[in-house]
Amino acid sequence: MERDTLEPSENQLFETASQTAGPYLHIGLAPNSIGLPSAGKEPRNKSCPQNQKTDSIQIVGTVWDGRKEPVKDAMLEAWQPDLGEISADSGIIDGEFERWHRVVTDFRNGNWSFNTCYPRTFGNFAPSISFWLVARGINIGLHTRMYFPENTKANALDPVLNSVAVERRNTLIAHQVGRLGYRFDIVLQGDNETVFFDV
Amino acid sequence: MTVCSEVRAPSLNCRNWKRHPPAFTPQYKSTVARSPNQPLIRVRDDQVQSHGPKFNREDIFPNDWDLLTNFAAQGATALGPRILLHGQVQDENNRPVPNTLIECWQANAAGRYRHPVDTYLAPLDPNFGGCGRTLTDHDGRYRFRTVQPGPYPWPNGPNTWRPAHIHFSIFGHCFAQRLITQCYFEGDPFLPLCPIFQAIPDTNAANGLIAKLDISETMPHDTVAYRFDITLRGRNTTYFEGNSDGT
Ligand SMILES: [Fe+3]
Repeated sequence: MERDTLEPSENQLFETASQTAGPYLHIGLAPNSIGLPSAGKEPRNKSCPQNQKTDSIQIVGTVWDGRKEPVKDAMLEAWQPDLGEISADSGIIDGEFERWHRVVTDFRNGNWSFNTCYPRTFGNFAPSISFWLVARGINIGLHTRMYFPENTKANALDPVLNSVAVERRNTLIAHQVGRLGYRFDIVLQGDNETVFFDV
Repeated sequence: MTVCSEVRAPSLNCRNWKRHPPAFTPQYKSTVARSPNQPLIRVRDDQVQSHGPKFNREDIFPNDWDLLTNFAAQGATALGPRILLHGQVQDENNRPVPNTLIECWQANAAGRYRHPVDTYLAPLDPNFGGCGRTLTDHDGRYRFRTVQPGPYPWPNGPNTWRPAHIHFSIFGHCFAQRLITQCYFEGDPFLPLCPIFQAIPDTNAANGLIAKLDISETMPHDTVAYRFDITLRGRNTTYFEGNSDGT
């Protein structure tokens, strides 16, 4: 196959090329999910500080491919930083803390779920959770993000949502399930394809 | 006290998409139904993705880096050619990326993964798990001790084999630097035949995934060394660390 060649300028390197995580990603990224004897630690999900004054929520979803089949061998990471000041009476020091979750989709049905805190608003960014998805057949990880249906006003001002065509914004907005649950399905291809970002 | 609107995160250089395999590469069949049809939407100065999870020494075990022994019975080691795979993680501005988590996974020396989905008839090695983790040091350096994996067949076509490779996952310091790739080995005759490797459109980018024999780090009568350096996206050079307003 013919290839282009890009020459880096002096002192300028290029990002290492991405490759698919393949079908066996669980070995390295989620060994407990396949019952690999625990010789090491899995990186822990970094979750709500105990005394954080926000609601704990559950997020569930399914990953779908272009044939409307569930994707049963994907890994998702969710990321929500909380930047800046926290009110003094919450007992949390100001600065930066973090919530990071890693889930693999269920081998039988492609479902995933995790619990987290309701994300905060900052600046003119509406509350959101960033997702990064890898799997067999995905050559470079896909970035997307989830917004909350009840934040109509904040969502309307959010610069990221505003960079998306109006008719596709609904793919980034979760559906409420019960009082503190949300469903966020990710469609890789075709009808109702989720918006993915070049971040 | 820092307030949110003043946290002006440094934005990353735009991703150079010519260096990466396109999402839709039909010669790699699994991409056909898993590649988005719509173009990606560019996000600029995204404060969320300009930060990322941080890991520290307590998040891993001290021997997670040593795949020769980390799943082995006491006193045993994994079977196969003993290698030391090492390198440096840097960003596009040639600055080391310290204290970042690297995870790796691989087939054993016979080309078999310890995974319920892998049914290749090559044997499992009871002393090999195929899973490793490490944090880069203050110079961005890392090392894994392991066995050189074998090539293995996969169901992409009637007779397709993966070159020997080790999967790498790297966090970097912000979520937008997140990267998963594969490390190949110098001289592997399967490389020109592999649809996953060949999907990389740029020659230099493809060659960058090939670990080179590093005789200087080889341990005589013990372990062959290979070097595999990793570059993550860089920040705009106008940003200076520790100076959040970018001046
Ligand atoms: Fe593999």
